[in-house]
Amino acid sequence: MLSDMYETHAYDVLVVGAGGSGLRAAIAAAEGGASVGLVCKSLLGKAHTVMAEGGVAAALGNVDPEDDWRVHFKDTMRGGQFINNWRMVELLAKEAPERVDELERWGALFDRMPDGRINQRPFGAHTYRRLCHVGDRTGLELIRTLQYKAIHCGIGVHMEVTLTRLLLDDGRAAGAFGYYREDGRFVVFKAKVIVLATGGFGRVYNVTSNSWECTGDGIALAYEAGAQLMDMEMVQFHPTGMVWPPGVRGILVTEAVRGDGGILLNAKGERFMERYDPVKKDLSSRDVTSRAIFLEVQAGRGTPHEGVYLDITHRGPEFIKKRLPGMYHQFLRLADVDITKQPMEVGPTIHYAMGGVRVAAETAATNVPGLYAAGELACGVHGANRLGGNALADLLVFGKRAGEAAAAYARDGSAGRIDEHECDVEAARLLAPFEREGGENPYVLQEELQSAMGDHCGIRRNELQLSAGLGRVQELRERSKRVSVRGSRLFNAGWHTTFDFGNMLTVCEAIVRCAIERRESRGAQWREDYPNKDEALGKVNLIAYNDGGQIHVTTAPILAMPAELASLFEEEAADVGRRA
Amino acid sequence: MLDVVLRVFRGDGTSHEERVYTVPVVEGMVVLDAIHYIQHQHDSDLAVRWNCKAGRCGSCSAEINGVPRLLCTARVDALMAEGDIRIGPMRAFPLIKDLVTDVSYNYAVAKQIPPFTPVDEPTPWRMYAEDVERLQEFHRCIECFLCQNVCHILRDHASPFAGPRVLVKIAALEMHPKDTLDRSAFLKDAARVGMCNITKCCTEVCPEDIHITDNAIIPLKERVADRYYDPIQWVLRKVTGRS
Repeated sequence: MLSDMYETHAYDVLVVGAGGSGLRAAIAAAEGGASVGLVCKSLLGKAHTVMAEGGVAAALGNVDPEDDWRVHFKDTMRGGQFINNWRMVELLAKEAPERVDELERWGALFDRMPDGRINQRPFGAHTYRRLCHVGDRTGLELIRTLQYKAIHCGIGVHMEVTLTRLLLDDGRAAGAFGYYREDGRFVVFKAKVIVLATGGFGRVYNVTSNSWECTGDGIALAYEAGAQLMDMEMVQFHPTGMVWPPGVRGILVTEAVRGDGGILLNAKGERFMERYDPVKKDLSSRDVTSRAIFLEVQAGRGTPHEGVYLDITHRGPEFIKKRLPGMYHQFLRLADVDITKQPMEVGPTIHYAMGGVRVAAETAATNVPGLYAAGELACGVHGANRLGGNALADLLVFGKRAGEAAAAYARDGSAGRIDEHECDVEAARLLAPFEREGGENPYVLQEELQSAMGDHCGIRRNELQLSAGLGRVQELRERSKRVSVRGSRLFNAGWHTTFDFGNMLTVCEAIVRCAIERRESRGAQWREDYPNKDEALGKVNLIAYNDGGQIHVTTAPILAMPAELASLFEEEAADVGRRA
Repeated sequence: MLDVVLRVFRGDGTSHEERVYTVPVVEGMVVLDAIHYIQHQHDSDLAVRWNCKAGRCGSCSAEINGVPRLLCTARVDALMAEGDIRIGPMRAFPLIKDLVTDVSYNYAVAKQIPPFTPVDEPTPWRMYAEDVERLQEFHRCIECFLCQNVCHILRDHASPFAGPRVLVKIAALEMHPKDTLDRSAFLKDAARVGMCNITKCCTEVCPEDIHITDNAIIPLKERVADRYYDPIQWVLRKVTGRS
């Protein structure tokens, strides 16, 4: 029997990942009557959501009453350069206000306006002041609220577990295999439905704002199980990461600094964003701002550590310490910079994956029966560029939808059968690195992959570099077969890294292959050999899938927007026309 | 290039030793960077928890020269002026391996706290900045458990005491303008707030500068004292029959 061989747990719904989307999905599934297991790679409450700073975008219209879901919809579609899934954007814009309100019913406390309603701050490329926030630690408030809600929903929480393989029964999700990080013991989860919510993959780059966990595990698991990936080339550079000292390079400097009045200056003291986006200036979209900073540095107008300056000193110490306490302490502790007196040095850092697992808009279902995906891991809402604040809105809206859909699926279905032999094969694969001696060091391979991605698939791309990058990824895949680790299975960090690295390889190959195929510049995809938009490519998403063990890339047409949504843009054009 | 000497606790529940590593210093380096260097260059199986490396997630709690701190915000340049840097696991929790301890106690107690129980009023709620800001201090907690680690009641007494982190969470709930529950019975009998004798060690180690003792624990002690030990209240309850 399986349970004689491996520790085994059975649930209706297994949620993988305990960041915002995983927690929200688990709560929704439990409220939908399902028994729910929640698996996370770290301790509960430590997922990367905790790092979200600026806020959650929701058109409450508290500060600017003119705001409503239609404007949020248009801003998001425009930010994503129209390759977003318009239905997902519509749902996001319509449902985000209710999801924020719900957080307060569960105990969250957002910053207030004088009349007692939730305050909202401006952010890049949002027409109105839209981001509900808690200083610069909104993600912490969100994850803690969801965490304490979830633990009282009767959910089985399994912390510090890495899942390495999804188990299918006749093509349908039936469970997952993995190990406890604490002691390396194997564990099998049986489930009628699996919701993947493992977040992004910023760690595949060497300069990133992401925590160590963001290695794209769920994307690799889904891909191996036959799920389609979409628009993997769309990787967001956040314009403002720390650049100095070396150990903190990449750590996020929240966009709220600019939302609250901070300005970008080059080494000559010029407010250069006026040249790149005369209208929105420092609050331009992230793709535009990141490129502008990159070009300023390339032109020799960068700071000593190859960044630009971000200055908020004019707002005064009291304002800064109250509105941006995290930034104040971060720079003081880590860089010896007092941001109330000195400008910050900042530069682009890998921040977010717009691409990911392809899902159905309403339910977050993947093309694999019984497999759902929500949050950063899923693709569709953000298109070619994500707006600040839309990630937290995304994980609340689609986390809930995924959890509800999973509970409904579980109600109608029975549990699949798990193949014991498949578990044995996977267990043997996981133990193999202990049996090799003098092989490759997983940390060295991981660092080489991160450099390769930075060198070949960075902010500015071209076919030659990308092709060379693909070669380096493939070479690293070969070397990964010779990884050896030492020590025991007891909390063995090197052993854990081996499997994170395997997932990163799959993700990287998909990113590079998609980046090669999208022969245009759009949003985050900046091709110096194809500097313009291509109308035909603006009508498709790129789909990557597992074709007999090889990553194959094809296209899928974007469905036309229904008349009532399309007319929103026409009304606006007419308005502009009238004003002119 | 300048080197720093790290004396790192290595071992598990059965045996352990202090292992000495020499690590080249990079400008602005934090202790977690040095630990990563050791993992990458010397001992890949060195166990450490970490996530954000920016002082925001509270995963990399440990003891540096005997002082509970986050590894990711402890600057090597400041520490090495005092000599070798000793790094060990939190001592109040059972050891798993190296710098990693079993912190499940904190999650088990957290689950016992009677949850947020709001008023039956339609939302969106109006709440005022002065009420909210008072509580946002408690909401800053990153659950690093350094306060739990340093608490001598948790370290030295076998009897159950919830610990500072748990009391901060309860304070946040009790003072929430929309919460309706009275947790004084839980505070007295399960969390045993009375056991805290206000040495303020928890406040000293909090990386988020939460005034744990003054703003959370003392008001909770007063709440329990008013509820159970105030003679006037006791008489009033006897007379009115209300609890």
